[in-house]
Amino acid sequence: MIDIKSVSHSYFDGAPKVLDDVAIDFPPGQVTALVGANGAGKSTLLSAMSRLLVPGSGQVLLDGVDVTKAAPTVVAKRMAVLRQDNRISARLSVVDLVRFGRFPYSSGRLRPECHEIVERALEYVDMTPMRDCFLDELSGGQRQRAFIAMVLAQDTDYILLDEPLNNLDMRHAAAIMQLLRRAADDLGRTVILVLHDINVAASYCDRIVAMRDGRVVIDGSPDEVMRAEVLSEVFGMQIPVHRVSGQLLAMHWAPLPAPALQAV
Amino acid sequence: MTAVSDRASEILGLHPATGTSVTERERLRSIRRTAVILGLLCAGFAAAYLLWDVKGSWSYALDLRSRQLASLVVVGAAVGASSLVFQTIAGSRILTPGVMGFDSLYVLIQTVIVSVLGPSALQLMGVPERFILNTALLAGFGLLLFRWLFRAHSRNLFVLVLVGIVVGSFFTSLATFASRMLSPDDYLTLQTVLFASFTTVDVQLLGVTAAVAVLGMAALVPLLRRLDVVDLGKDAATGLGLDYHRIVTITLVVVTVLVATSTALVGPMLFLGLLVANLARQIVPTHRHTVLVPVAGAVGVLATVGGQFLVTHVFALNTTLSVVVNLVGGLYFLYLLLKAVRL
Repeated sequence: MIDIKSVSHSYFDGAPKVLDDVAIDFPPGQVTALVGANGAGKSTLLSAMSRLLVPGSGQVLLDGVDVTKAAPTVVAKRMAVLRQDNRISARLSVVDLVRFGRFPYSSGRLRPECHEIVERALEYVDMTPMRDCFLDELSGGQRQRAFIAMVLAQDTDYILLDEPLNNLDMRHAAAIMQLLRRAADDLGRTVILVLHDINVAASYCDRIVAMRDGRVVIDGSPDEVMRAEVLSEVFGMQIPVHRVSGQLLAMHWAPLPAPALQAV
Repeated sequence: MTAVSDRASEILGLHPATGTSVTERERLRSIRRTAVILGLLCAGFAAAYLLWDVKGSWSYALDLRSRQLASLVVVGAAVGASSLVFQTIAGSRILTPGVMGFDSLYVLIQTVIVSVLGPSALQLMGVPERFILNTALLAGFGLLLFRWLFRAHSRNLFVLVLVGIVVGSFFTSLATFASRMLSPDDYLTLQTVLFASFTTVDVQLLGVTAAVAVLGMAALVPLLRRLDVVDLGKDAATGLGLDYHRIVTITLVVVTVLVATSTALVGPMLFLGLLVANLARQIVPTHRHTVLVPVAGAVGVLATVGGQFLVTHVFALNTTLSVVVNLVGGLYFLYLLLKAVRL
């Protein structure tokens, strides 16, 4: 369980708070989406959870232990994190990158079972054919999949992802979401991810946490969040919600309300 | 493994124990070939340096030349290794200790010691103690300087380069200013303690710097695999459970020590490290520091020994090694900057 205890943070003194007294917990085995407008504090919250950022006040407990005080490798074996922009200057092939996922277990000297886990992770994200390509030869989406494979190879109970669907085409975006869903359902993994598309969040996640101005505005199931009045409060725009083939759809791209569809 | 991945591993020709594919093994072989050629070149130039065109007494020539060779090797290896790992912790291929004004800081510290304590204090101290005092001071100040620099400008590469160059020339001017204040006698002592000249290598200084350089490189060994992770950037490295702050600090200390050894032997060589470290990264396309650091050391040795050989025998001592290195390295630095701008 990840337990966030009244975390607040601002990037410098006197600046507005990017996180304002956030208290929330993530029990194991669920897929949770963090949604909200730009600057709502989603990425900062994810950074604080994954100890990439030490919050100004409050603490983050991973199974009762403060993540900033626990031994780094112990945390790394339980929680993997993928940030948004990963620019690497080293000359790395895809498989080299994925092997880094085994670093917490091997300190860089891989055992045979590590190699098997690495190859399986590559297989999961459909990158086996590009295994030996260098990262700078890949498209953005392929690189993103390679990074996701690294996180999978880390083999942790908690997987934290900051906009993992960036740069991905529809097919691979859907594949990654299904993969994460399976990781939660079959392996009991806990997945927490920042998503931009509320519809993706609603169709794949158990729980949606919506943030605005550094605060959690609403925290509930997709059905509870996918309501026009809730979405307008979170995103500051009118978003009609319709049910299409049994699934809730927020029509945030529609220039005008769509009259042909039955409003909820 | 699943059936699909079995088929894939058959196509890729995965090695069961090392998990490497055919392509990877080919890449490893080509890296090994490069390393062997590099080693042979180093050995060849070292032998040529010792034996080429000896006139008069062989024992005198060999004695002098082997001392010179040893100090060239120490300088080359120390500059190569330290510049490469510095690039990694700085997260940039353009930043090296030389570019960041590290060696000028060494000169400044020496000058300040002479002007504050007086030259007699230094001369009384003996060569090894003097070197160790200097190195400790350099490590301390260097650490402070870089802590401040990387905290203040952690994002902007060009600001860092600019600050480094300004700081470097500031240190040089300060050192020049301090040395102007000295009496001519004191100034002479300063010159002799500052730059042990190549032609007459002080055996004591060579001994202590070589020992410190070896210790410094030995201290790098356990860091090498961790530096691979540092290269991924702070966030990814922290996520993988690396104590990023600690590893970077230790590496920085080792770098300052290695810079001190090379500067004590030949004085500042602004662009040598930049040239050597980038060349090493170009000839062995890998991210592994267990390969990159030794190769950078070897390229450094090749540059100093080969360069000095050419300066002595081809240019007939009409120029100096640092002039040649700074000319070539400076051009290369410009090329790197221009390339980075275009990207």
